[in-house]
Amino acid sequence: MSDTADRVSKIVVEHLGVEADKVTQEASFIDDLGADSLDIVELVMAFEEEFGVEIPDDAAEKITTVGDATKYIEEHKG
Amino acid sequence: MNGLMTGKRGLIMGLANDKSLAWGIAKQLREQGAELAFTYQGEALAKRVIPLAAQLDSDFTFECDVSDMAMLDAAFETLKSRWETIDFVVHAIGFSDKNELRGKYVDTSLENFLMTMNISAYSLVAVAQRAAKMMPPMTEDGKGGGSILTLTYYGAEKVIPHYNVMGVAKAALETSVKYLANDLGPANIRVNAISAGPIKTLAASGIGDFRYILKWNELNAPLRRNVTIDDVGGAGVYFLSNLSSGVTGEVHHVDAGYHVVGMKQEDAPDIALD
Repeated sequence: MSDTADRVSKIVVEHLGVEADKVTQEASFIDDLGADSLDIVELVMAFEEEFGVEIPDDAAEKITTVGDATKYIEEHKG
Repeated sequence: MNGLMTGKRGLIMGLANDKSLAWGIAKQLREQGAELAFTYQGEALAKRVIPLAAQLDSDFTFECDVSDMAMLDAAFETLKSRWETIDFVVHAIGFSDKNELRGKYVDTSLENFLMTMNISAYSLVAVAQRAAKMMPPMTEDGKGGGSILTLTYYGAEKVIPHYNVMGVAKAALETSVKYLANDLGPANIRVNAISAGPIKTLAASGIGDFRYILKWNELNAPLRRNVTIDDVGGAGVYFLSNLSSGVTGEVHHVDAGYHVVGMKQEDAPDIALD
C-alpha cells in the first residue's frame, strides 16, 4: 500500500470509527462505511489538512470511495 | 470548582463538531464552571453534538430548527422543564445555499436571500425573545439579567470575495445586536457579537476560495496569524461572564487585528489563487 493510501485509510478509520480491515481502497464511504454527507465534508477537510491539498467541491463530489480520495490526493499533492 | 462561570447555566446553539467556534466557546465556559445545554438540528448533527456535550459533562441536548417557530418554542419548553432560568445563550447559527457563496452577490435569488436572512439574522431575534423570558429578573442590587452572544464576520462590514448574501445577513445580524441590546438593556440582558477572523470550520467549507481568504488574513493581520477557536473561546467567556458586565451592543473583533488594516502589509508576499 502506498504511503498516501496508508495515511488516507488511517484518517478514515479515525474519523468514522470503523474497523481498519473494512477500509479497503474499494470501500464506498456512504454504502460500505456508513458515512453521512457531513462526514464526507469533514473527511475532505481532514485530507486537505493532512496533505496540504485543496479539494474543490466539484472534485469532492466525485470522491465516493477511499481509492477515489487516494487517487485525487496523489495527483494533486505538492 | 470556582470559576468565572460557576453557578451560571446556558444554552449553546449551533455546535457542529470539534472545529466549531461554538465548541471553542463551550469548552472554556465549562472550564470556568458553567452548566451547558446544547441544541442540534437534525440527526446528522445530533450524533456529533451528543458526544461533544458529554465531554463537557452535559446530557442536556435537544433538537431545534430555528427557522421553525413552533420548534423553537418547544426547544425552550424543554429547556425550562429542567432549568427554571438561564443566564446566557450562545447563538452560533447561519446558513445559506452554498451555490450562492461563490460567484457574485448580484446573482442572489429571492428565495435564498430570504432563507439566509431568516436563519442567519432573524433567528437571533427569535432566540432572544424566548431566552429573555427565562433570564432571572433584575434585582435591586443589580443581579439578574443575562448575556446573549452571537457570531459574525468582517464580511458584514466590507466586501469579502464570495461571502455575498451571508455578508448582508451578517450586517442585519450586527444591527440586530444593537437594537436587541437597547430593547433588553433595562432587564440587564446584554447582547453582543464576536466578529471572528476566518477559521476552517464546517460552515466555512461552503465558502468559495476559503483557503485564499485564510492565507490573506494570516499574512496581513497585525498579529500575522489566523485566530483559533480557543481565541474565540476566551472572548466568549468574557462576554458571557460578569467580566463584561458593562458591555452591550458591541461587535468585538477577534481577528488578530485584521479589521484595522487598510492595505496589504509590506512584508506580505503577493498571493494568487492556485
